[in-house]
Amino acid sequence: MLSDITIGQYFPGKSAVHRLDPRFKIIITAIFIVMLFSADTFAGLAIGLIFMCISYGISKIPGKLIAKSLKPIIPIIVITSILNLFFIGGASVFHIWKINITDEGLRTAAFMVIRIAALIAGSSLLTYTTSPIILTDAVEQLMEPLKKLHFPVHELAMMMTIALRFIPTLIEETDKIMAAQKARGADMDSGGLIHRAKALIPILIPLFISAFRRAEELALAMECRCYKGGEGRTKLKTLKSGGADYAAMSLSLLFLAGVFVTNAVLQ
Amino acid sequence: MEKIITAEHVDFHYSNDYDEEKTEPVQVLKDLSLNIKKGEFLAILGHNGCGKSTIAKHFNAILLPCGGKVYTAGFDTSDEAHLFDIRNHVGMVFQNPDNQLVATIVEEDVAFALENMGVDPAEMRERVDSALKSVGMYEYREHSPHQLSGGQKQRVAIAGIIAMRPDCIVLDEPTAMLDPKGRREVISTIRELNEKYGITIVLITHYMDEAAQADRVVVMDGGRIIMDDVPSEVFSHVEKMKSLGLDVPQVTELMFRLSELGIEGDTHIIDEDGCAEALMDILS
Amino acid sequence: MEPIIRTEKLTYTYSVGTPFEKTAVKDVDLEIEPGELIGIIGHTGSGKSTLIQHFNGLIKPTSGKIYIDGQDIWDKNSCNIRDIRFKVGLVFQYPEYQIFEETVYKDIAFGPKNMGLDEKEIDRRVRETAEIVGLSEETLGKSPFELSGGQKRRVAIAGVMAMEPKVLILDEPTAGLDPKGRDLIMSRIKEFHRRTGATVLLVSHSMEDVAKFASRIIVMNKSELFCCDETPEIFKKADEISAMGLAVPQITRVFMKLRQSGLDIRTDVYTLDFAIKTLREYMLAHGKEIPHAE
Repeated sequence: MLSDITIGQYFPGKSAVHRLDPRFKIIITAIFIVMLFSADTFAGLAIGLIFMCISYGISKIPGKLIAKSLKPIIPIIVITSILNLFFIGGASVFHIWKINITDEGLRTAAFMVIRIAALIAGSSLLTYTTSPIILTDAVEQLMEPLKKLHFPVHELAMMMTIALRFIPTLIEETDKIMAAQKARGADMDSGGLIHRAKALIPILIPLFISAFRRAEELALAMECRCYKGGEGRTKLKTLKSGGADYAAMSLSLLFLAGVFVTNAVLQ
Repeated sequence: MEKIITAEHVDFHYSNDYDEEKTEPVQVLKDLSLNIKKGEFLAILGHNGCGKSTIAKHFNAILLPCGGKVYTAGFDTSDEAHLFDIRNHVGMVFQNPDNQLVATIVEEDVAFALENMGVDPAEMRERVDSALKSVGMYEYREHSPHQLSGGQKQRVAIAGIIAMRPDCIVLDEPTAMLDPKGRREVISTIRELNEKYGITIVLITHYMDEAAQADRVVVMDGGRIIMDDVPSEVFSHVEKMKSLGLDVPQVTELMFRLSELGIEGDTHIIDEDGCAEALMDILS
Repeated sequence: MEPIIRTEKLTYTYSVGTPFEKTAVKDVDLEIEPGELIGIIGHTGSGKSTLIQHFNGLIKPTSGKIYIDGQDIWDKNSCNIRDIRFKVGLVFQYPEYQIFEETVYKDIAFGPKNMGLDEKEIDRRVRETAEIVGLSEETLGKSPFELSGGQKRRVAIAGVMAMEPKVLILDEPTAGLDPKGRDLIMSRIKEFHRRTGATVLLVSHSMEDVAKFASRIIVMNKSELFCCDETPEIFKKADEISAMGLAVPQITRVFMKLRQSGLDIRTDVYTLDFAIKTLREYMLAHGKEIPHAE
């Protein structure tokens, strides 16, 4: 069923990683990505991987979840490795039929696979350890300077919050409408593409109508609770940064420096 | 006693600017006058389309009267300068618990109004916690709304209003979508807020047993108030209530049927205890 | 007579093999006869909604069997699940939210059209069911979205009735309506039963609604079948049912109070007529005078 999909993928916990200021977590994640992409050598990649493993270790997020986060990108990994394997020149390692596998191809394929996998696994840690709402807050505050350019920072954050709030509700609703139309004999599982697209109408129309109705009621409820846009708003939870946040960021910068050093030394 | 809301000769119709034929607009409220006293528990009854939700939306300036005046906490609701004062004094809770919670975490939702009003975070924390405690939802403060039952969501919605420290809460069919357990939770919460904290309650409902618990019942029909009295008096007019498409508590109807049979039945009885007592008198 | 619905050790478990695994329906054995008016009550999460979705094949049981009209509906060789959906019509809670066509007529016709009926037959069914639920000829041409809440609800119910199912299941058909709207819907459902002789299952939280309607009641509690019996028998267990968080009629609670006060009076009283009859019988038996005794 649709409701089986977990949204946000947040796993509550009390670890040091969970407790980091989300703004710093976003920045550290960005630094981690820079590590992966600036690394030219396997040693550089290894530094990035060590950083990731330490983070996972502290967060106490079960390793099983790393595998879970990688599952959806398996096709991408496979395609990348095939492309690299087959189309990069160099000294031939072995030869099957018309396909020539080269040492350079093997190397690049392995390199790319590790890089992509680490990228996904590492950035997943951000969503695993940070609730979507706090993440939204952090994004809003990081984008604060853009307000001066009349960028609707608050409105965007509000939209994200409401979207997060209503995704489970609308998924449940879709399930219900689907069941109701099936009960009226709607056939959604057979026929050609056009037939199937047509079969969606009895689901989409009620879903849209309901979403609009909800939006209207929510707007009214927000109005009743004195909502008047972002101006003069305060926050229940203000994000506070402390020594641990700076220490974590320094550590990540140290690892990044390590990557640069390996690049310089090993090339 | 001090009045929290006064409606004076209110007329209301929805604008029909977009109607091509420009027909005469349908009057939703007609010359309606009503006083709501501070600290009372008022129930409004009426069939669908009688105008009860429309008048409720006048109490906190969501709608403005087309004729007449509404005063809330001393402010004229048409005075835009005091719009947020008015909404601060009179909060509203709606029927669908899902469609009034904004945030993805219970306590943040309760804080929503306070955030809008720019309350200091330290004070906000204290007000959010006490609001959640007063509706018995403090232990759920870190839950996400979709993990809660209907009754619990509705109590969170009430907490979100309580946090504003209003004088009055208007509830528009808050129990219509709930199961019996959820209904009991919400009604007992409302009663406690009224009795313990002296908050004025305006409850719109289709459930007669809920209205029977109020201090005063107003019955509306066709945009007018046609009855305004204590519940036992209103419900004693069994036939009139039925002709209005409404109902009376089952016990009142039993007393009415008994009196029709010539057995002395007091149709002013509106609760089980009263009914059991009266039956004991008849039977023993 | 062959029961129209029969279940054997019907069990359904959600999300098998995950930490969220939960058994919603457990070992339910039931028989429902053709033409019955039957009620299903249970608190939220008691499994009643899951149970009824088994009756028209929307949910496939994890284990156990379900027979409609003597036919095992999950036996791939002999049974097409879509035919079962036409045989067992299911009206969900707040069914008006499933309406999608531009006219009331078209929306009611959606089910019959899916059945592959010809125009003439569809037309007959739409008009007949519209009449049963009390929608005028003129309403049929209107957009369903212009109608009042109660009318929309009737359109949605008519949409299922028009499939002329042998069993009509309604989940809380009166939820959220005003007293007049509730009475109207219930009387229309009874009219459908009277005209078609179909089996009607009414799902509700409220014993009061079910008691007025059903001759037999199924009580679900914590995923299991608590009991299934004639309505008066069910009300003999009123205190147990009340403890499950279900709403017992006010009148029943009054008689329970009388009993607690030491009166030797029956407590399986659930309608006003029956209450009055009981009171009169008690008065007669105890030598009281009844002014208008017939």
